[in-house]
Amino acid sequence: MLQIIKLAWRDLNRNRRRSFFSALALGMGLSLLLLMAAVIEYEIRSSMDTSIRLQTGHLQIRAVSYNENRSSLAWEDLVEGPAAIAVQVAALPPVSVATPRLFASGIVASGDTSAAARITGVDPASAANDPYRSGILSGQWLGADDRDGIVIGQPMADKLGLKAGDKPNVLVNTANGDVDSQAFVIRGIYSTRTPGFDNGTIFMSLAKAQAITRAGDHASAIFVLLKDRDQTGAVVAALQTRQFTVLTWDRMNALLSDTEELANSYMILLYLIILAITATVIVNTLVMAVFERTREIGILSALGMRSGRIMAMFFAESAMLALGGIALGLIIGGAMVAYFGSVGYYI
Amino acid sequence: MEVAKVEHVSRVYKTGDVETAALKDVSISIEAGEFAALVGPSGSGKTTLLQLIGCLDTPSSGRIIIAGQDVSKLNRDQRADTRRAKIGFVFQFFALIPTLTAFENVEMPLLLNGLPAAERSARVQQLLDAVGLKERTHRRPDQLSGGEQQRVAIARALASKPALILADEPTANLDTENGRQVMEIMQRLNRETGVTFVFATHDPRVIAYASRVITLRDGQVAANGAGAAKV
Ligand SMILES: Nc1ncnc2c1ncn2[C@@H]1O[C@H](COP(=O)(O)OP(=O)(O)OP(=O)(O)O)[C@@H](O)[C@H]1O
Ligand SMILES: [Mg+2]
Repeated sequence: MLQIIKLAWRDLNRNRRRSFFSALALGMGLSLLLLMAAVIEYEIRSSMDTSIRLQTGHLQIRAVSYNENRSSLAWEDLVEGPAAIAVQVAALPPVSVATPRLFASGIVASGDTSAAARITGVDPASAANDPYRSGILSGQWLGADDRDGIVIGQPMADKLGLKAGDKPNVLVNTANGDVDSQAFVIRGIYSTRTPGFDNGTIFMSLAKAQAITRAGDHASAIFVLLKDRDQTGAVVAALQTRQFTVLTWDRMNALLSDTEELANSYMILLYLIILAITATVIVNTLVMAVFERTREIGILSALGMRSGRIMAMFFAESAMLALGGIALGLIIGGAMVAYFGSVGYYI
Repeated sequence: MEVAKVEHVSRVYKTGDVETAALKDVSISIEAGEFAALVGPSGSGKTTLLQLIGCLDTPSSGRIIIAGQDVSKLNRDQRADTRRAKIGFVFQFFALIPTLTAFENVEMPLLLNGLPAAERSARVQQLLDAVGLKERTHRRPDQLSGGEQQRVAIARALASKPALILADEPTANLDTENGRQVMEIMQRLNRETGVTFVFATHDPRVIAYASRVITLRDGQVAANGAGAAKV
């Protein structure tokens, strides 16, 4: 057996160029597939992460009567005393941030143009706002007890011709069904590079949002980020005793979850393809080797090498090529994934 | 003592519905130490007979005995084992493995027989020396002349000390001078080592080296008698 491997190795060495290109072909195919798999995985994961960080959080604690199809500001549909609850939730070990948020609909008007806005009242100091805070393009994020400042997204600023320091009018729906209106100062303009989000979402301090919507000491939701999304189940279980509805990230991002599942089965398909390619290359080099070297096989046979050993020798050659190719593929593919991972890319 | 005994051997090739009797009831006997020529017109069955004696093929009927062993009913692996142990081949087209050096080609049978590396190396050197290729050991076949390649093939055929070396038109692809050299080397090795040679040929100059000439015609032995060479 050892002798056969030695012979096979010698043959591969003697046909160095052919061996190298066979292995390289396999390696390239493999590494491209790896890269593709990584891109898809990364893409799905990052859009899920984006959605979680910007919009849904890992968990949202809502009032039991909350209806996700209606953004009601009626007190019974809101979470009462949200600050205290947020503090309690934040104390759970797997929880990274928990902060109350109040959602209301409104309109930002400047001159004769206006745009619909999803008003989000946030605790300006919370770490949950990092994605918006770090996306500030001009001006600054909301101050700790900012009573008349808002932060708006770049698309809306462009559309309404607003810049930091301007004072547009904001019309807000209130808890009792009225509309209130007030001039706000634009503290800053942000971009999260997610136009669908930036376009409509504006931020003001929670206290101000509660005041202008007459929501009192209520919030629409406690927005919760976990240290690790795999701990969702544990945290949900821990929160189960309370009198709230707990929404999880996968339910809130049902569409993306489905896509992720689809991508996972796609990944399995991809691995099968890799397997098939590997097998094809092995068979191909085997067949090529046999066709190319019928004479050599004849010679070895005349010298008294048993046909089983001849086959074993050719097979050992192909197997070594395949192993070389796989190693090459993992190295090249790994390097490409690492490179694109560090440089980053946009589609 | 007989190295090879062919008893009433026939070989019928079937190509579709057509049957060709390449050998018909051939009986010959090759004694140890002979330097026998197998002659006859093209298609007379020389190659067929050498392949049967060389255990590359099995007879349709009859018996073939090589060094006391009946090989006519052996399976493929057993025939391979017999070839490895008892028979060396020299072919018309040299049949060296193109990617291996002269040394490695000669070493191949010894590798297959599992000889230790040190013994292999010594034996290969000695063999290449014997065929006058001491200076060419690490050349590949494409870096050797036809005559040199055939001498490598002879060294290889001799490597595992076979009872019998079969050569099918060993000089057909060589010029006169190289053909002469190859025949002289084979004859010298036959005399020095006592290894038995059977070679097929058309060439009268080659026939002149034979200690015995067996003539085939239409798959049958037409003549079988002492050759021109002094034994
Ligand atoms: N594999 C084969 N299949 C069918 N017929 C064959 C086969 N090999 C040889 N023959 C036929 O058997 C007969 C003997 O062929 P063989 O090759 O033994 O002749 P030969 O004496 O070696 O001829 P040459 O001097 O041309 O080499 C020929 O008629 C040939 O056509
Ligand atoms: Mg012939």
